[in-house]
Amino acid sequence: MAEAIGTLTGAEQRQSPPPVETESSAAERISVATQWQLMWWRFRKHKMAMASAVVIILFYLVALFADFLAYSDPQHDDANLLLLAPQSIHWYDGDEFRPHVFGVTGKRDPKTFKKVYQPDPDKKLPLVLFAKGYEYTLFGLIKTERHLIGVEDAPPEESIFLLGTDGLGRDLFSRLMVATRLSMTIGLAGVALSLFLGILLGGLSGLYGGLVDNMIQRVIEIVRSVPTIPLWMALAAAVPTEWPIERVYFIIVLILGVIGWTTLARVVRGRFLSLRSEDFVTAAELAGAGQMRIIFRHMVPSFLSHIIAATTLALPAMIIAETSLSFLGLGLRPPAISWGVLLKDAQNVQAVAISPWLLLPAIPVIVAVLAFNFLGDGLRDAADPYG
Amino acid sequence: MVSYIIRRFLAGLLTIWAATVITFVVIQLPPGDFVTSYIANLQSSGTVIRAEEAEALRQQYGLDRPMYVQYAKWMGLMLKGNFGMAMEYNRPVREVIGDRMAITVVVSLAAVAFIWVLALPIGVYSAVRQYSLGDYFFTFLSFAGIAIPNFMLALVLLYVSFKYFDVQNIGGLFSPGMALEPWGWPKVWDMIKHLPIPAVIIGMAGMAEVVRIMRANLLDELRKPYVVTARAKGLAETRVIAKYPVRAALNPFISTIGYIFPFLVSGSIIVSLVLSLPTVGPLLYKALIAQDLFLSGTILLLLAILTVIGTFISDLLLMWIDPRIRFGMEGSN
Repeated sequence: MAEAIGTLTGAEQRQSPPPVETESSAAERISVATQWQLMWWRFRKHKMAMASAVVIILFYLVALFADFLAYSDPQHDDANLLLLAPQSIHWYDGDEFRPHVFGVTGKRDPKTFKKVYQPDPDKKLPLVLFAKGYEYTLFGLIKTERHLIGVEDAPPEESIFLLGTDGLGRDLFSRLMVATRLSMTIGLAGVALSLFLGILLGGLSGLYGGLVDNMIQRVIEIVRSVPTIPLWMALAAAVPTEWPIERVYFIIVLILGVIGWTTLARVVRGRFLSLRSEDFVTAAELAGAGQMRIIFRHMVPSFLSHIIAATTLALPAMIIAETSLSFLGLGLRPPAISWGVLLKDAQNVQAVAISPWLLLPAIPVIVAVLAFNFLGDGLRDAADPYG
Repeated sequence: MVSYIIRRFLAGLLTIWAATVITFVVIQLPPGDFVTSYIANLQSSGTVIRAEEAEALRQQYGLDRPMYVQYAKWMGLMLKGNFGMAMEYNRPVREVIGDRMAITVVVSLAAVAFIWVLALPIGVYSAVRQYSLGDYFFTFLSFAGIAIPNFMLALVLLYVSFKYFDVQNIGGLFSPGMALEPWGWPKVWDMIKHLPIPAVIIGMAGMAEVVRIMRANLLDELRKPYVVTARAKGLAETRVIAKYPVRAALNPFISTIGYIFPFLVSGSIIVSLVLSLPTVGPLLYKALIAQDLFLSGTILLLLAILTVIGTFISDLLLMWIDPRIRFGMEGSN
């Protein structure tokens, strides 16, 4: 078979001009490519989706190396360094390349009694790569004290504050890095749960039809028509305040998953319904394949790509939900650090007006949500490469 | 047609019933029964409740009986319009909620109006002038609208107006001094003047989504042969577009409004907190923090009923606009 095609294109090569040749070999390449290859080719064309994929990988790298990227202990507070403005890095000392930041001296304004911080040009704090800082365990395995940047062997008040400090004098940059870990994984965990529920219930609904389908559809309708945020708030508020972080995290995932599964269930059901009447399913049935084999060997692979796309599109809603809940103080609570917990400090307009950098944690939320939306869009377009 | 209405109505009732069950479960979730927390709350504010009174309350809510009896009793009281006492305020729940519920409806409807008035023309424009500069601009805007959580939008707006325009507070629905006035035309007018900002903030994400849907629908319609036929027959371009494809694309659009309504009511809760709007949002938040179960339960239930009504209305609208449903040719659904 392959030889026959080979000689055919060989014959064409002799007769036709070069453009036709590339066209026909491209057509050949497409006709022998696997489904996943076709998807990859189509996905590659979606520039925004490609860029978003890179952004999302970066986000997860930050989550993975959060403690390495942070340079001061995210829980360390300092009453002498409240609401410090972001510092800028000075790259040159005279003509020499020696990145440093200025130390700060705090004074009380005699009129307003507010603490005013002034950069002190005489106190140069040199920045060092792989500096020694607070101790942490990388990937939960390796104990280390090295951080990407930092001021070597400095007391906490002579550290750097690239994005300023919050109301308790904690370094915002380090907190933001560490927050990425919780915020980016909580959505993932929530989506995993709703994926499980969605595939199970959507699959049952699409597979059996009739009464089961009817009941599951009614349940989906009911869950969808209940206003989610009040329900989330109510469920989250029922979590006892004295619970440890891990358990609250788990409960929040549960709440996100239990309410978020309906969209995925609908996608799965729709796919099941349309695939059930496909010829290849009938063929498999006639060949005597068991039901489980038909589902997992024939049907699931053909809609897996759609599921991946729908899952990606479900993630941003989870991230926004966690952020909103934590922002209200009903989701994760300090000492847990997530983007929403950080944004809680920005609740008060007066506080934001004086220290606008408290709004900075909003940026990763927006960027991550946008990236997931674009990625999901690209995946959805690529999911059906024959269309 | 009648059977369709009845079916939707029954589905709505079923949803409301399910909402009461969910609400009841949520109320039951925190440890201890609600009389215990009620007493604890009263004691912390200095009021001492006698043992007999506590017992009477337990009897009234059937707390010593099995779960389903408790649910039945609670439902019975709710149906009679007795929503219990709001602990923190020491007043009946009904009084505390007052006209906040109506204001929630008004704010949500204003957001719906904002969505409809803007999303329709923008969606049509984006589809008709696909890949034009304007289309890219609106596409970008709608992605941004989806990505930015609305409470964040509210925060940034507050910050900008505070910092650069020196407006102390763009939040609230009434001018200072107007809030405590009795209702009358001046107060209504005052509220209408304050409505646009919250409506825009709450409706932003919804509008972004509806624009995307409208654009996609219309693009699908525009590719159909009947559009080519209409053009070939020499119909003016505006007529070609406005008369058939837009009408056909409007269908899924209306049904979207149905599911956008719960989403708007949800969104209005957090935005109300940030902008301090006198909706049920801040009340619910406070009630949840204080574990005031009667108040939070009632608000949850009312919000659920509100969304069911909204969805029902959009179903009726859909029926009015779509002859296939009106004449009972609806698909398997």
